[in-house]
Formats: sequence, structure tokens, C-alpha cells
Amino acid sequence: MYVSQFGVLAAVLFAIGVYGILVRRNGILVLMSVELILNSVNINLVAFGALRDTIAGEVFALFVITVAAAEVGVGLAIVLLIYRNRRSVDLSEVDLMKG
Amino acid sequence: MQAFLDDWGLTLLTFLPLLGALLVIAIPKADEQMQKAVALLSTLATAVMAVLLLVWFNLDNAGSLQFVIDLSWIDVINSRYIMGIDGISLPLILLTVLVVPLCVIYSFKHFPEPRNPKAFLALLLILETGMIGTFVAQDLILFFVFFEVVLLPMYFMIGVWGGENRRYAAIKFFLYTLFGSALMLLSFLALFFLADGTLAGLAEANTFDMRALSGGATTAIARTSQIWIFAGMFLGFGVKVPIFPFHTWLPDAHTEAPTVGSVILAAVLLKLGTYGFVRVALPILPEAAAAWAPVIGLLAVIGIIYGALGCLAQKDMKRLIAFSSVAHMGFVMLGIATMTDFGINAAVFGMVAHGLITGMLFFLAGSVKDRYHTLDMSRLGGLLVQAPKMGWILGFCAMASLGLPGLAGFWGEFPAILASYNPAGILSEAVFRTYMVIAAVGTVLAAGYLLWMLQKAAFGTPREEFADSPDVKDASKHEFWAWVPMLVLIVVLGFYPRLIHEASDPAVVESLVVNVGDDVYDCLEIEDGTDCFEDLRAESAEKSNGGG
Amino acid sequence: MFAAEATEGIFQASGWFLENAWLVPAFPALSFLVILFFGKRFPKGGSEVGIAAVAMSFVFAVATGIQWISQVNSAGDDAAVDAVSSTWTWWVNGGIEFNIGTLVDGLAVVLIFVVTTVSLLVHVYSTDYVAGDSRYTHFFAFLSLFTAAMLFFVLSENTLQMIVGWELVGVCSFVLIGHWWEEKPNSDAALKAFLTNRVGDIGLLIGVAVLFFAADQTFSVLEINKMAISGEISHLALLVGACALTAAVISKSGQFFLHTWLPDAMAGPTPVSALIHAATMVVAGVYLIARLYGVFFEGFSIAGSSVNLLAIIGGLTTLVGASLAFVQRDIKKVLAYSTISQLGYMVLALGVGAWTAAIFHLFTHAFFKACLFLGSGSVSHAVHSFDMKSDMGGLRRWMPHTYKTFVIASVALAGIPPLAGFWSKDEILAGTGGWGLAGGTGGNGAYLVILIMGLATAALTAAYMTRCVYLTFFGEFRGHGTPHESGPRIIVPLWILAVLAIVAGWINLPKGFQLVPEGWTERFGHYVEPTADYFPSIAHAKPSWTLAVVSTLVALGGIAVAARYYFGRVRAESPMATEVGRGWTKRSRLASAGHTLLAKKYYLDHLYTGVIAGGVKGPIAKAAYKFNQEGIDKVVNAAGEKSVQAGHVVYDIIDQKVVDGIVNSSGVAPHLAGEEMRKMQTGKVQSYAGIVFVAAALLAIVFILVL
Repeated sequence: MYVSQFGVLAAVLFAIGVYGILVRRNGILVLMSVELILNSVNINLVAFGALRDTIAGEVFALFVITVAAAEVGVGLAIVLLIYRNRRSVDLSEVDLMKG
Repeated sequence: MQAFLDDWGLTLLTFLPLLGALLVIAIPKADEQMQKAVALLSTLATAVMAVLLLVWFNLDNAGSLQFVIDLSWIDVINSRYIMGIDGISLPLILLTVLVVPLCVIYSFKHFPEPRNPKAFLALLLILETGMIGTFVAQDLILFFVFFEVVLLPMYFMIGVWGGENRRYAAIKFFLYTLFGSALMLLSFLALFFLADGTLAGLAEANTFDMRALSGGATTAIARTSQIWIFAGMFLGFGVKVPIFPFHTWLPDAHTEAPTVGSVILAAVLLKLGTYGFVRVALPILPEAAAAWAPVIGLLAVIGIIYGALGCLAQKDMKRLIAFSSVAHMGFVMLGIATMTDFGINAAVFGMVAHGLITGMLFFLAGSVKDRYHTLDMSRLGGLLVQAPKMGWILGFCAMASLGLPGLAGFWGEFPAILASYNPAGILSEAVFRTYMVIAAVGTVLAAGYLLWMLQKAAFGTPREEFADSPDVKDASKHEFWAWVPMLVLIVVLGFYPRLIHEASDPAVVESLVVNVGDDVYDCLEIEDGTDCFEDLRAESAEKSNGGG
Repeated sequence: MFAAEATEGIFQASGWFLENAWLVPAFPALSFLVILFFGKRFPKGGSEVGIAAVAMSFVFAVATGIQWISQVNSAGDDAAVDAVSSTWTWWVNGGIEFNIGTLVDGLAVVLIFVVTTVSLLVHVYSTDYVAGDSRYTHFFAFLSLFTAAMLFFVLSENTLQMIVGWELVGVCSFVLIGHWWEEKPNSDAALKAFLTNRVGDIGLLIGVAVLFFAADQTFSVLEINKMAISGEISHLALLVGACALTAAVISKSGQFFLHTWLPDAMAGPTPVSALIHAATMVVAGVYLIARLYGVFFEGFSIAGSSVNLLAIIGGLTTLVGASLAFVQRDIKKVLAYSTISQLGYMVLALGVGAWTAAIFHLFTHAFFKACLFLGSGSVSHAVHSFDMKSDMGGLRRWMPHTYKTFVIASVALAGIPPLAGFWSKDEILAGTGGWGLAGGTGGNGAYLVILIMGLATAALTAAYMTRCVYLTFFGEFRGHGTPHESGPRIIVPLWILAVLAIVAGWINLPKGFQLVPEGWTERFGHYVEPTADYFPSIAHAKPSWTLAVVSTLVALGGIAVAARYYFGRVRAESPMATEVGRGWTKRSRLASAGHTLLAKKYYLDHLYTGVIAGGVKGPIAKAAYKFNQEGIDKVVNAAGEKSVQAGHVVYDIIDQKVVDGIVNSSGVAPHLAGEEMRKMQTGKVQSYAGIVFVAAALLAIVFILVL
């Protein structure tokens, strides 16, 4: 089994996701990048689960998918509200939590 | 009656004020009269309860615990609901149940801003539960709980009803005391794990029962551990006393607290610390106490001189009185540090006397502030002209506070000095005699600052700015009746100190000699006591292994 | 006669009055409460209550005295009479019971007689003197309290009780000195008196503590004395205890170098000065020594030595006080310094072992000094001032009674026979044992230096009293208005005291005094000096005719020198003058250049008045006074100021900055850290995410490197 290919794929997805989170200003794109990272994790989980011949990997992947769905739901709602209030989803303008 | 008091007496005594507090909270905010009435009634009911206990208290047997309640409480950690009083706690309980109603009466006309009598009275009542609980608890966890219960109401009292700088003072008070208590709790836990209850006749080894812990359960603990455990308790109680150098919360808390808060703080709260030493620290760990005693004594005499010097530098009357507490509690601690029945008796007397006298002084300071709206002594003067009664009472209290024989303060101070001439055998005589001389010098300084205050505030003629002030009136009825009982007691105790000694003396002897066991007492009374304790430990360890 | 040798049997005195002596202080104590709470409701403002109470005390004191005398008589000459002590349990500590009670013996009887007598007269006197005062009632209340406290003190059964009485009289003195507290100097004087006494009280507290433990945990005066005498207490403990108690005596009885409060205490009303600062409270220290004489006698090894702490302090005090009395303008201050000097005599006498003489002097001094003080009060009542130089002079014409009584008391004080002061002073001088002529006097030791000090003081005393009498009653009136004699409530007490000042000395005529029957001599000593085993066996000096003659001549010499100066030179210059002006002296010297005889006469005069009187009065006394005011007083004041300063340093720097600083900085540190950390909180999601990723990467690197 070629675990390393899965590993490389996951790493690439993760890196793209990180790039997206850190650099893009559009809230929706950031959310999508988060999804990418989560999916890179899912790939890893499934791949290593298969390698070690245990079902735990798949089970966790399912959990992650569920949580990710919920997270996207909440996240999109927040983005939507921000858009409604500010007519923009530029994250660099959102700093209400500044200390 | 005896049976009723045996079963319920102390529980009722402790929780009646709490019940009152709940009632006060339940009364609608607008109905102030009702709140006042309920608050006063519940404190009076508590006082009646205390008097009943006093009447049924067997003075011939004042040394042993009476009205003991022993119920299971938290079984997991073998902590039990144990209460009981003896001759040491009795005077302090009586002091508490006397002072609190007087504070309630006084506060009727003197609710500090932002008024809210309901909350104020409720806090006062919760405070009383905490204080009484501390004096009756005979289980370390129970003791700790009550000890901490006191903290919150006081915090709010200072923080809400205090002076300009109240937040700072309240937080300082809270954190300081909490810091001490945290270490104290650690020590209690260490005791729980290290002590062996079987040595004191209990079924289980791990225990919080103070009777067992002070009855020989700790003799097998290694010397170093004992010393560390004592250090924790020393901090916990020492902050409360307060011993130099942990005293800095006190002037701030006193200065900012409302009058009633200051009175309770001075009259009862500080005594929780010294009571802790007498009831918990000394009897439970006599060996460590002996090791620490020179340090305690040193800090005590430093406190005496230092507090007095602090007083001499004050401009604010209330702050001066607060600093004088540091000095007076120094005498109490000196008495405790001698580890003799003589010294501890003096300490118990000193606690009560200081409670009455300094409580009174704070009442007066509060009333002066009500009239002049300042406590700056350079602006005061001529109190005797404008309010002769108050002026004379101030003079009287100053005299009592400086330890005038014939008034209560003397019997705390002089026997403490006397005791330090001849401390327990295990302690160095030379060291304690030096302390004695320093403490005696402290009495002169005490006279200095108190008379100086009296001169500034009461003598002379009123300043121009207050000469025609309509606010400056003599003591009102409320004030007068809140004060009279304390004034009378100061005189009565001064002339007949036996009233307290009758109860406290057997209890002190019991806790220091009988309870801890003759062997321990013998070790305290000889010069090479350390070796003696070492032998004792080996013996106990053997027994502990055999039994446990 | 050695006391111990006489002890063949112990006779236990008894009697109702002796056993119930607590009633003596109880009356004024009760009257204090009554006057304090109800005084204003009485028609005379409470003074009648005070007088009645003190009168009752007086009656009881006299009855106690009579009973004591009869008991001593019935004991006979061979048996020692034991003191009567009645006790009740006062408090309990560590299982030991402590008593409160009364101890009555000859000494206590003398004191209660003196206290009640003077107090009664002062009460009567005060009804006139402070009439119309705004705090009339309050004044009498505290007079009562003082009387009660003083009686309580002298009847003390134990040392602890003595502390109580000792401090209570101190407080009364504080309150009464500051009676007119509206004026700052008065309240300052009150504070000074109290604080100075407090300094000595350190000694009292320590001394009592030392003796308590040295005597196997008892405060009982009798026990402590017995153990001290029998040698059960180590000499070191006795010495330490005696030294500590001496400190207390120094402050309370105005001994050199803590005497400065006493002249200041004259700020109080004159009756108070008479009662408290002349006759009673200030002798508390003397009484303390006398009461615990076993401790002092053994501790200082008084027998067989030639110098000790007590004698030296007494000797110095008596000289210092007498010389300072010369330069005062204020008549009350003259008397105050004179009191210091006479108290020095008493302490000196105790220091050389002349116990009876000391108590006898205490007894006589109380009367003539109270008379002088009350006389000065009467004078000031007339001229509304205490300043002799600017407001008095020539008053004998207007105030004959005051004048006569004042002169009688002055002569008594000066020690001219046959008035009271002579007998007691002479006994002290004889008691020093320093008089080697005519076969020696057989005292406890050879205190020659002390004898010389005593004789010098005798001369000085006579001289300054002459000055005082001249400035007050002779010459021309220098004040304003017309003086008038005081009323009967002032005059009668004065005359009673003056009569006592004459006769009080006759009750202790020296042993072997040839002019009276044997049974009349030494009555005082016979009844007062304890014979039982709680009193050390002191040696009694033999009276000496030569010494008596010499001391009388010395006193007369003092009067003669001063009289020559004042009645001669000063009056010759001008009836208004108070001293000889310098300019006149100069001119006179120049003008009388040719009149050698006259000049020589003057030269003699100059020797008397200029060098001796002037020298003592001028530079020496002034220097001493300067030293007193600027040296000791400054030190006393500076000590106060410094301690306040030290307080400021401790409070401002150590407490507020260091101790509190540490506490506060422990709060400040997290605060600053928070301030810094806050900058990281940008509020931007992406910067947070960046931090998270960097941290994760770092953790990953650590993870890889470590594992």
C-alpha cells in the first residue's frame, strides 16, 4: 500500500488550506480553506486507518465530516450576518475582538 | 434544656444569623423598618442563644469541650460535622454576639452610601454566622469553611460601602487573606494524610478531627514536615492577625471600610487569626510551634514597635487606630509565642479586650467622620467643647487602649510581658527577655500616639471651619446605646479580669497540658526539648505501626 | 537596735478597721462615680459629695491608725508586729490565683493619714479656688478618683495592685494637669507628664515581672520582701529588679534626670499641684521603695557601703532641684523645684538606709509643702498671676494670713528648729552615717559624700525660700489692682497645714533627746517602722547634737546670705526692685573708687552675694537650668520628635514603599505582562490563525527533534 502518496496529497491540501486561511481576505474563501484542512486530515485518518487495519480511522473521519458540516453551517451564517451589517466580507476589517 | 442545648445549641447559635439573613433578603426592598427589625431580632436571638449556652456551660469543667455535636458530614474525606465550645471559644463567641447587635443598632442611623440596608444587614448576618462558626468548629474542614465564609461579606462591605479607594482596599484584603488561606488549606490536607488518628484513639488513621489531631495524633510526623505544615498555618492565620510583615492590608481595609465594617474587622475578624493559633496551630503541632516561637515572638515585637511608629506618622485618625491594631495584636502574639499557659491566657484576654477597645475606637472614628466629614487630625480639635460626651468617651478609650490598669487593655498587655520573662522551657529565655523589654518600650509609644491623637482631636478649641457646623452634635441615642455595653465591659473586665480567666484558664491548661499529653508538655518544659520530641516520635512511630 | 533582733515573737495585729481598710479608698471611688454621673444635679455641683467621701475616708484612716497604734502597744516591746493583710481572689492564670487586697501596717497607716488629710483640706480649699470654673463638677470628680487611686495604691497587698494604683494616679494627674485643656501648653504639659511617667513605667513593668518570677510566682509584697531578706532570691535578680524599679521611681518622683515634667505640671490648678505634685502622687515612688525595702536594701547592698544608685540619684536630685529653684520667676515653679529637691532627700535617705527618716520626711514635707502650694494659690488668687517679679511684692500688707502661713511653712522647709522640717531633715542627715565627729552616728554605711550633698542642699533651700518670701511678700507691690486676702475656705486649710508644719516634727524626736521624757521620743519610728520579718534589719543612726547644730547653722547661713542680698541690697536699691541691676553695680564701683573701706565692704558683700549667692543663683543655676531646658528637656523632646520622624521613615519608606510595594508589585507584574500581551490581541482572525500555525509548527519541530 502506498501510504506515502496519501500523505503527500494530504500535506499538499493542508498547505493550500493554510495558505488560504492566512492570505485570503474573503471570509468565504477562508471557510473553504478550513474545509480543505479538515479534508486533508480526513485523508490522513482514512489512510492510516487502512494501514493499521482498524476501523477507528473511518469512524473519526465520519465524525470530522459531521463536525465540519456543522462548522460550515455556523460559519456561513456568521459570514452572512457580517455581510448584512457591513456589506463586505473582508476579514481585515473585522477586528471587534481587538484587546 | 440541657439535652436540647446539647443537641441543637451550637447549630442554632451558628445558623440563626444565616436564617435571619435569608429572611432579610426575602423582605421587599421598600420595607426598611421590617428589615432592620428582623436583623436586630435575629442577632438578639443569637445573643440569647449564646447566653443560654453560657448559663448551661459547666464552668467547673471549662477545660473540656461542651455541647459537642458530632455528625457525619463528608464521609469521603472523613470530615465530620463536629462542633463544641470550651473556655477559650466561649469569651470570643460572647464578644461576637455582643458586637454584632451593637453594630446593627449603630447602623440604623448610619447606613453608608449607597445605603441599601437590605444587602448591608444581610451581609452583616452572614458575617456573624461565619465568625461564630469558626469559633465552634472542631473539624478542620468545617473550620476552614467558616473561616472563608467570613471573607466574602467583608469583601463586599468594603468594596460597596467603603470610602474613595474602596476597590483597591477590598481586593487587597481579599487576595491577601485568600493567599494565606490557600496555604493553610494545604497544611490541613498535609495533616490529614500524615497524622495518625489511631494514636489518639480513633478508628481511622486519616482524620480532620481537631480533637484527635491536638490529642496526640501528630506526634509521629517527622520534624521537618511538622515545621512546613506549621509554616502554612502560620501564613494563613498570620495574615489574618495580622503579623508584621503581612499587615499592609489592614490599614487600607480599615481606612476604607464603613464604620461597622471596621468595628467588626477589629473586634472579631482579627481574632480569627489569633484564635487559629491558640486552637489549631499550637495544640496540633506543639513541636513545630516551639521551633517557630522565636520567629513569631520576633515578628510580634517588631509589630509592636513598628505599629506604634506607624501610628505616630499618621494624619488620619482611622488609619492611626488601624495601625494601633498591629501593635496590640503584637502583644497577643507575643503571649502566644511564649507557649505558656500564662501567655496564652493573656492572649485570650488580649483578644477580647482589643475587640472591645479598638471596636469602640472605630465607632468613635466613624462618628467623628459623620460630624466633621474628615478624619484629618490636623483639622480636628475641640471635640470636648463641641461634643463633650464623645470627647470623654474618646479619652476613656484611648486610656483603655494604651493599657491603663483598671481597664481591660491592661490584662492583655501586662501578663503578655510578664509571660515573656519566663517562656516555656524549650524556648530561649534570653531571647524572650529581650522581647519583653522591647514590648515594654512599646507601651510607652502606645501612650504617645494615643494621647497625641486625643490631644489633636479632643483638646483645644474647635477650628474655625467647624466652629458653627450644624453637623457637629454630641453622641446621639443610637450611638450612645451602641457604646454603653462595650464601655461598661471595658471597666468591668478591667477591674475583675477573673470573669474571663475563670473560663479561659482551665481551657488553656487543658489544651496545652492535658490534651496534648503529659509527655508532650514535659518536652516543652525542658531545655533540650528537641531531643525529647525525637524520642517521643520514635515511640509513637512504633505504636503507630503496631496499631495501624 | 536591729529589727531582726527584736523579733522574739510575732504578734499578729488584728482589728476591724485594719481588716476592712478597703473601705478607705472605697468612699472616694464611690464618690467619683456619683459625681461623674449625677454631680451636676447637686446644689454645690458635686463638691459636697467629694468632701463628704474624703471626710469619711479621713475618719476611717484615723480610726485605722489608732487601732494600729493600740495593736503595737499591746504587742509590747519584744514581739514583732506583723502586717494585716486581707485578700480576695482577683484573677486566675495558669492555675495560679492572684489576690487583691489590703496590706495595713505602720507605713500604710502613715500614708493613708497623709493622703486623706491633705486631700480633705485641698477639697475644701478648691471649693473656693475653682469656684465658677466651667468644669467645676468634673474637677471634683477627678479629685475623688485621684484620692481613691492613691489610697488604693498605698494599701496595695501586692505589686500588681501597685501598678494599677500607680497608673491610675498618673492618669488623674494627666487629666488634672490638663484641666484647662483649651490652651495647648496645658495639654502639652499633661502629655509630657504622662509620657515621662510612662517611660519610667517600663522599669516598673519589668521590675515587677522580674520579682514575680524570682519570688516563685507571687506578687505579694510581704512574700517578696521576706524572700529577698532571707536570701531565697538571688542577688542578681534583686539588683536587676531594684534597678528597674528605680527607673520607675525616677520618673514618678521627679528624680534627676526625668524630673522635667514636674515643673511643667504646674500648668494644672494649684490645689492639684498641692495634692498631687507635692504631697501625695510624687511620693508614690518613695513609697514604692519603702514598701519593697527588702528588695532595695538587699539588691543595692545598702548596709555597709558608701555609695549606691539610690543615694546618688537622691543626692544629685536634691542638689539640682535646689539650685534650679533659684532662677524661677514663677512662684509655683520655685515650689516645684523645691519639691524635686525634697523628694531627692527622701530617696537619698532610703538609699542610705535611713528608712524611718525618709518616711518621716515624707510625712512632714506633705504638710509644709502643701501649705506652701496652697499659699501660692491664695496669692495668685489675689494677683491673678504666678509671676513673682512682675506681679507680686509687698503682699504681706494685704494678705496677712497667707503671709504668716507661708513664712511658717518656709521656715519649716528651710529646716529651722523646732519646726517640722528640721527634725526630719536632721534625721536624714544623721542617717547617712557620714558624720564622723563626736563619735560617729552608726548608720548603715559611711555615706560621707551624700551627707555633704544633703548639707549643701540645706543651705540652698533656706536661701531660695528666703528669696521667694522676699519677692512675694516684701518690697513694693509690682502688679496691678489691689490684692485682697482670700476667703475662709482658703485661709482655714492654710492655717491647719501651718500648724501641722510646726508640730508634725515633734512626734519623732530623736532617741536620747535630753529635753523630753524618754517615752516621748521616736514615737513615729516606733509605730511606723515594721519589725516583722518582711523588713530588713537596718541599722539606726544615733542622733548627734553636733550635726543638728551644724545643719541648723548651715540653714541659717543660707537664710542670712539670701536675706543680706534681698532685704539688704535689693531693698536698698528700690522697694520695687527684684534684683540688683548691673548698671548700678558698675556705676557704684566707679563712683566709690575712693571709698576703699566701703569698697572693701562691698567686696565682702560681693563675695557673699555676687560670688556665692550670685554664682549659685547666676551662672551655676542658670547653666544647670539651661542644661535642664536645653539639654535634658531637649533630649526628652527630641526623643519624641525623633520617634515621630522615625515613624514617618518607617511608614513612608519601609511600610508604604518596601513592604506594601512588594505586595503591590506582585499585582503590578501581571498587569504589565497583560499590557504587553494585549498587543497580540489584534482582533483579526488571520493573525490568530498565524500564531496558531507557527506555534503548531514549533511544537512539531520540538516533537521531531526530541523524539
